[in-house]
Parts: sequence; C-alpha cells; structure tokens
Amino acid sequence: MHEMSLAEGIRTIVQDQARAHGFARVTVLRLEIGRFAGVEKSALAFAFDVTMRGSPAEGARLEMIDLPGRALCYDCMKTVEIDDRLAPCPDCGGGKLIPEGGDEMRIKDMEVL
Amino acid sequence: MCTVCGCGDLVTADGKVMSHDEAHRLGLAHSHAHAFRPDATPLPFPHVHAAGGGHGTDHHHYGTGAAGVSVPGLSQARLIEVETSILAKNDAIATANRRVLNALGVLALNLVSSPGSGKTTLLCKTIEALAGAPLAVIEGDQQTSADADRIRATGARAIQINTGKGCHLDAQMVGHAIDDLRPRPGSYLFIENVGNLVCPAAFDLGEDAKVAILSVTEGEDKPLKYPDMFTAARLAVLNKLDLAPHCDADLDAYAANLRRVNPGIEIIALSARTGAGMDVWLDWLRARLAEKAA
Repeated sequence: MHEMSLAEGIRTIVQDQARAHGFARVTVLRLEIGRFAGVEKSALAFAFDVTMRGSPAEGARLEMIDLPGRALCYDCMKTVEIDDRLAPCPDCGGGKLIPEGGDEMRIKDMEVL
Repeated sequence: MCTVCGCGDLVTADGKVMSHDEAHRLGLAHSHAHAFRPDATPLPFPHVHAAGGGHGTDHHHYGTGAAGVSVPGLSQARLIEVETSILAKNDAIATANRRVLNALGVLALNLVSSPGSGKTTLLCKTIEALAGAPLAVIEGDQQTSADADRIRATGARAIQINTGKGCHLDAQMVGHAIDDLRPRPGSYLFIENVGNLVCPAAFDLGEDAKVAILSVTEGEDKPLKYPDMFTAARLAVLNKLDLAPHCDADLDAYAANLRRVNPGIEIIALSARTGAGMDVWLDWLRARLAEKAA
C-alpha cells in the first residue's frame, strides 16, 4: 500500500532524532507493526532501504516486531486477541468484532553511533 | 599491569617513562593501550587520558562506549527509545486541521471508495440538493482536474489536489487546501479522496468522519476484501441502487458483510442517478452539521 510514505515518515523521525540526540549513524532500527496495520513488511523493508539513502539510517538493519491484533467482541463484550481480521471471537464464537488494537506502526527504538 | 584497566604498566608522561599508576597519581596526561571494559582485552590502539584523569570517581575516561573510541561530535553507540508512531507527523497536522475546522464549525467528511463507485456524481447531486448551503470540495486524484471541473460546474468552490505518484491524500495536502479554500463557518467540507480502498484508511486528514462509498456493481464481498477502510468508516453509502436488479445485487449480503467488519457502521442505500434514497443521505448530512454547530 503506502509503504513508501511510511518509509519517508521513518526518515523524517530519524533525522529529527539525529538532531535532538547528536548521533551520526543508525545501526539498527526497530519497528513495532500491529497485525492489522495493513503494512506489507517486505514492501516496507524494500522502501526502507531505498528511502534511507543519504540519511543517518542508510544501511541500518531494520527489525520488525509483530504486535497482536486485539478486538472487542460485540457479543460477549470482551477484548480478545485474534490473528485474522475476520476471525470469530475465540471466546464465544461471535462474529461481530471491532478492532481495538493491532493497528500500531511505530518506531520502538534505534541503536545509534 | 594496571589492575583496573588491564593496560601495560609503563607509560610516557610529561616526557618521562613511569609506571601507569604513578602517572595517574601525579595527574599527568599519558597514553597507553586500554581495555574499555574490565572483562575485555586491551585495545590495540593507544588510549589517551586527559591530564588529571584517574581511575577513581573523578576519572575522565574517553572511549569507554561500545564504539571503543571517542570522536569529537560523535556519541557512543546507544539505544534511543523513540516510541513514535511512523505517522506522527501526519497525525499532528491532522489534529491541527481538526482544530481549525472545529473552531469554524465546519463538517468535514472524507469520502473514500474504489475508483468508479460514483463519488463525484454523488457529490454533484448532493451539492445541487443542498441548494445554496455553504460548502467547499477538495478533490484528490493522481492526475487531471476533471473532477474539480465537474464540481465547479455546479457552482461550488473546489480545489483539485493531484497526488502524482501518491495513492492517498495526507493531512498536509488537505491543510494547504483548507488554507486556500477558507471554508465558511458552519459549512460542509467534502474531501474526495483518491479512489483507493487501501491506503487512505491509515491517513487521518482531520475529518469528522470517513464515508465509504460502495456501488452495488462491485460485489457483496468487497467489505471483507478491504476490511480496513470499512472499519475506519462511520457511514457506508451503497450507491447505484438503480442497477441492483440488473446485476443480481444482494443488498442484505452487502449489509451483513459491512457489519461483519464494522458492527457499528451506518448504511444508506441510494442512487445518485435517480435520486432514490438521497433524502436519507441529505438528512444524515444536515444532522451531522447540526451536531457540529451545537
């Protein structure tokens, strides 16, 4: 989808952080990506390599941490973890679930020199 | 050998060869091979102590970080906790847009759909039906000003945003358009997003609600195929109702699949072409605008 835009967002944050913390190079950058974030990880990895050229994160290793999908079941009114956006409630089998979490896409931390 | 850092015991300081401990006792600047951690082997390159530097609590020690060297202007390897959303910049601009629109009491709707669902026709008919109510339109497309031209032909003010390679509008584009459009207090602002059921779901523009437009020719399973957009939308408009008999559309299945991905979604079925159901849509718009004014 919009992985290029996301990579540009990462680049902006890296540059802001480099100014704020006075580092020259990022060696590892860790992202947290929710299961429902709609991010295609291989596309993001490709966009990351291309977009970081000329930035402190050029050549950095990109690590992506999966966060589980959470949803509120309208039948049993419990928050449950589901793997698939259309999966039924694992507790009561209900089919009316509204995502409550798992759409995260954030930079967790980075190792810098 | 120095018991603290494990370096060789003879160093040159103040032009004289002396023991490492003596150099520290005398507070003399000296250099020697040095381990950067007690458990590490000595580094192969010379290590410089600042004059006065010792191995006590007042020790000015360079090169102890993970990089093993000290370079002016460069920090040692370290972990920086960022915990920042990748879309933080977009979200901040969207919040600013929302503040401006709320202050003006403007109802901003982000119209999202696949290409060809009839967004622009619905908008043109809506503008005609609202008959003179103050409104403005932001049109997003990859190329051409065709849609803005159609909107302007109704007499409404419109700004066309061409995203070029972009697959969605973002908050900054919309913010600039709002600056130029200067929507009137208590007016409607329709933002017609790029025809795309995937990307625009993630980008907050500062709108009051997303309205997903789906035409009955697209297939009942579309909400299941593109759940993110229909989850993000407050209202689904099921358009081209006049074509439903010609393509065996199952309206109940559309509703069931919409509610499966978003149990709280509102649904209005209409035909922008014939006008069937338009009154329900117009009432919905007027009710949302009244809420903004309250």
